[in-house]
Amino acid sequence: MTRYVLGRLLGAIPTIFLIVTISFFLIRIAPGGPFDLERPLEAKVMENLNKIYHLDEPLWQQYLLYLKSVAQLDFGPSFYFRDFTINELFAQSLPISIQLGLTALCLALVVGGTLGVVAALRQNQPTDYTVMAAATLGVTIPNFVVAPILTLVLGVWLGWLPVGGWNGGAFVNVILPVVTLALPQIAVVARLTRGSMIEALRSNHVRTARAYGLSTYMVVVVHALRGAILPVVSYLGPAAAALLTGSVVVETIFGIPGIGRYFVQGALNRDYTLVMGTVVVVACFVILFNLIVDLLYALLDPRVRYD
Amino acid sequence: MTVSTSDVPHAPQKGRSLWDDARDRLFANRAAVASMIVLGVIALLSIIGPMLSPHPFDKVYRDYVKVPASLQAYPRPDQVQPAFEALAKRARLTIESYDRVGDSIVAEVSSRRAIDPRTTRYFDRSDLFKDAALTDMAEDQRAGRLRADINFVHFYFGTDANGRDMMTRTFIAGRVSLTIGLLATAVAISIGVLYGATSGYLGGRVDRLMMRVVDILYSLPFIFFVIMLVVFFGRNFVLMFIAVGAVEWLDMARIVRGQTLTIKRQEYVQAAEAMGVSDTGIVRRHIIPNTLGPVVVYMTLLVPKVILLESFLSFLGLGVQEPMTSWGVLISEGARNLQGSAWMLIFPSIFLTSTLFALNFIGDGLRDALDPKDR
Repeated sequence: MTRYVLGRLLGAIPTIFLIVTISFFLIRIAPGGPFDLERPLEAKVMENLNKIYHLDEPLWQQYLLYLKSVAQLDFGPSFYFRDFTINELFAQSLPISIQLGLTALCLALVVGGTLGVVAALRQNQPTDYTVMAAATLGVTIPNFVVAPILTLVLGVWLGWLPVGGWNGGAFVNVILPVVTLALPQIAVVARLTRGSMIEALRSNHVRTARAYGLSTYMVVVVHALRGAILPVVSYLGPAAAALLTGSVVVETIFGIPGIGRYFVQGALNRDYTLVMGTVVVVACFVILFNLIVDLLYALLDPRVRYD
Repeated sequence: MTVSTSDVPHAPQKGRSLWDDARDRLFANRAAVASMIVLGVIALLSIIGPMLSPHPFDKVYRDYVKVPASLQAYPRPDQVQPAFEALAKRARLTIESYDRVGDSIVAEVSSRRAIDPRTTRYFDRSDLFKDAALTDMAEDQRAGRLRADINFVHFYFGTDANGRDMMTRTFIAGRVSLTIGLLATAVAISIGVLYGATSGYLGGRVDRLMMRVVDILYSLPFIFFVIMLVVFFGRNFVLMFIAVGAVEWLDMARIVRGQTLTIKRQEYVQAAEAMGVSDTGIVRRHIIPNTLGPVVVYMTLLVPKVILLESFLSFLGLGVQEPMTSWGVLISEGARNLQGSAWMLIFPSIFLTSTLFALNFIGDGLRDALDPKDR
């Protein structure tokens, strides 16, 4: 088991290396530079800036320099947020995004899972149709529609919750962004759980458990759900990586200082180091969560072994 | 009776193909059929709606900024007189008497100076009046009778913050969104199917290498990729969505590869190999047609994904540019103006959501139809 995990982590290094290489050259080919302002800077200032950030050296030398610093986990200074290094920016924003994402993920798993199981137990009954219609609605309404509506209703008209801001992660500030983040995930989880649960409830081991006279709770939660949760787990891997690295829309609408906005700001302002940093962070999360999914699979399904 | 029928040489019974069965199952699915009708209506409205609408999609009505959706015509009866008086003031006319006759206004006007006949343009230029005319001018040209027809217009979906008709804009946005969805999906499907079929069919080291590339592209943050494409291609949305399609092919490639791995062990593929058909020929004639089932299903789910992606980009301000518009642009504008002018969000949202709903149901229906064991 440990060997398998170590092997996977080692195997991730070339992948990350390739990702760094691709994105480094991709953003460098893009026209424009980090210091191209509406009013051009003076030639001398520009020259000095380029010198400080090593932008005057040949591209391959910059690439080697960047690789060296990334290997030491130093993502360099930000070009756009002049007073910060990328590491400082991430140290501030990443915990916030992770906290939001993790809460939304748990909410999605609990609510979506429950709804899916309930729908599967009452297959082709009104409850089932209601849950599935709501789930389809949840998938199809974009979150930048959900967010303003929630803000307007709960924040402005009823005045129960603050409409935005982070406020050090106070509970009332977290509710709206978490719900907005979780709604589409709840919908998907409910659909997936319902589908696999219906299949699991018809399988032989569940029939045997019923024949033994086990309580409904034991049959459904312990025996059926364990197998039925597998597709959900494999869906949640990439979804978790996306949630934990922040959502541009939610962070913009609710004014949350998370990492999601840095994608857009970085790429649009040609903040090379910021873009590269976010790319690396996201890639690490994707790889990590794929590994976690595979390990969870082995835990849930005894037929899968990694020895 | 029975003897005579056996004597008649009848045509051999036509076999039922997989596609015939699938079509019948699809048409038996009420949700899918209803969705197809809804989608057809929306597509039709998007194509011919802007041509039938009395308002061009980019015409600005300065007097009707953010007016609510209504079945009644604008201007409202209580709007007419204040607007007329304001215009008269701008034209430096004093209103001696004001009278509304049916759908036109007749007013005795006077001025301290001689009235220029071109004064009527003040009224014609307004969105509320048309065909203004000065009659019965006095000898000294300082008084006369001004007659102007009220210009009735309908805004069934209201107008936006610039005073443009939301209905026409919603229809034209539908054209853009649906085009983008179909275009990007077509690109994604072509690349994905070709790549996946080639990778699966060739197998071995080539397969491993090709799938490794897919894995690496998977780990690249998608938003970054799209933003880079926008940066490269500028704001040309056709090129951009060809590019988005070129990013969305990864799932398709995986699905098709999996299918290909099972198909290539079938007897008919081995027969084709034994007869010396080239690899290209086998992939084109035998592998790809047989993977189309899951591809069609995935396609109906990819179109809404791309439409959502486009609206996400528009939300970030990277989508189509004014005065062109798409459902995403309208929705993000509507979300900004939600308080006070909710109709700007409601109508485009209804169109987008029902399109996505319909596509989802069609996708589910197709999956049930093409893969009966999955029901």
